Amino acid sequence: MILGGGGAPTPGAFGTTGRGPRLLGAGGRRATVISTASTVAVLAVLAAIFLLAPGSAQVRHTFFNPADMWQSFIGNPKKGYYSVGEALWLNIRMFITAEILILIFALVIALVRRSTGPVMFPFRVLSMIYVDFFRGVPLLLVILAIGFGVPALRLPFVSVQAVAVYGVAALVLSYSAYVSEVYRAGLNSVHQSQVAAARSLGLSQATTLRHVVLPQAVRNVIPPLLNDFISLQKDTALVGVLGAIEANEAAQIYSSTVFNYSSYTVAAILFLLLTIPLARFTDRVVDRDRRRRLAGVGQ
Amino acid sequence: MTAASAGPAAGPPAEGEAIRIEGLRKSFGAHEVLRGIDLSVGTHEVICLIGASGSGKSTLLRCLNLLEPIDSGRISLWGQEITGAGVDPNLVRRYIGIVFQSFNLFPHMSVLRNITLAPVKARGVPRAQAEEEARALLDRFGLLDRQSDYPDRLSGGQQQRVAIVRALAMRPQIMLLDEVTSALDPELVGEVLDVIRELAAGGMTMLIATHEMGFARDIANRVCFLAEGAIIEDAPPSVLFKDPKDERTRRFLRRIVEAGRL
Repeated sequence: MILGGGGAPTPGAFGTTGRGPRLLGAGGRRATVISTASTVAVLAVLAAIFLLAPGSAQVRHTFFNPADMWQSFIGNPKKGYYSVGEALWLNIRMFITAEILILIFALVIALVRRSTGPVMFPFRVLSMIYVDFFRGVPLLLVILAIGFGVPALRLPFVSVQAVAVYGVAALVLSYSAYVSEVYRAGLNSVHQSQVAAARSLGLSQATTLRHVVLPQAVRNVIPPLLNDFISLQKDTALVGVLGAIEANEAAQIYSSTVFNYSSYTVAAILFLLLTIPLARFTDRVVDRDRRRRLAGVGQ
Repeated sequence: MTAASAGPAAGPPAEGEAIRIEGLRKSFGAHEVLRGIDLSVGTHEVICLIGASGSGKSTLLRCLNLLEPIDSGRISLWGQEITGAGVDPNLVRRYIGIVFQSFNLFPHMSVLRNITLAPVKARGVPRAQAEEEARALLDRFGLLDRQSDYPDRLSGGQQQRVAIVRALAMRPQIMLLDEVTSALDPELVGEVLDVIRELAAGGMTMLIATHEMGFARDIANRVCFLAEGAIIEDAPPSVLFKDPKDERTRRFLRRIVEAGRL
């Protein structure tokens, strides 16, 4: 016996005594039961803390009063407040408009930053300054600057737009800086050998970019892109500071008219209803992509 | 349709000296990879480039396809210089196909789209005609049933055969093969070599960088041994493998034999 000790390990020597992952069927059912019980327990504790807190009744009345929630949801212009539900439609429109513009503008910025050649030099510098600037300045300040600054210039056309237009412009300026970096990461993730293969077949630089590089780059960054858009959805609420009647602003008007914050809860729920589907969709895209890659490796 | 769709068939006469390389030098930074290459390749000739990794084989092929700009020297195809000013590399590449070690298929396109992309976008062939030609090529190499698959569903050997078909779809007069079997599992090497043999039998002019010495001995009209960016020896395989003149060639071949690769 060179190795000393002696004998094969007895069953269970490594701690696997029948309860381990080997009993997958029973373990699966068991896991469901445990996770359900654990969820119920955690929720019960949280509910108890909330309900037994000294100020619980007051908070419930101020933030979760059903009557106020309903009133703020449907609105009543005669009493001086707007429907939070209706105001959300403005958020949705701002979000969709901004998203489309961001997707286009950010791509242009990313392509300029990646460009080579001396002619493009000033544009490369400009796009770099742009990205650095708008990633560094808080979105709220950009919204205020555009929303109050551009009308003050008293230019024809550009200074007489609706408040929401300035809000969208600010969102586009700020988010395009982030999204252009996402695009840039995607473009960098496409291996140079793909470009070499395309060019070696006689494809021009533009055709190579359009048909070989971009489709792969965009596919690689769909999850982070969707992530940015989830955050864009709720950041449309910041445009309320300009006086646009979007959901958050409508909630604030309600609360300062009736002195009850339940309208904010309504706004929060509505924003959740907007973002959660996009979040789940993102998860599915990420999952599908992972499965597809695994399938590819398994070949 | 313009003259562009006529393709290489309307181009230079496919006889005589196909490629002439004179004094070709290429550096990456301070590292000189090619130190004065001279080589002449006749039409229908098959030349195998052998030598250790880093000897400059791949760089030489990439320079021929104009994927790498050269530092000095000149390359001509059928007497026309392609390394001078004012040459459109996209036109040159219609005459020279290249296939890489790592296949480099476009992963987001089906096999058929991989093959038809360049004929449609670069040569202006109508899509229907390009697809018909692509299917004919796939059929010839036993890949027709994979036409709508994506590259990640194919074996390495199949991917490499598709990559060869993709290059052939541009109807090149010359094919450059850059260690096309080096990334393959041993049992998949044969099917790719068969494709190359068929191309050689069809009279394709080829420059092949390879580590498959047995294959080089069978298929090549001439074998060039490269070391440190220069062609050390250039001879028919019967001469180069049996009676190498240069000591470096002898040492290289001895190591290959010891590794059981010849």
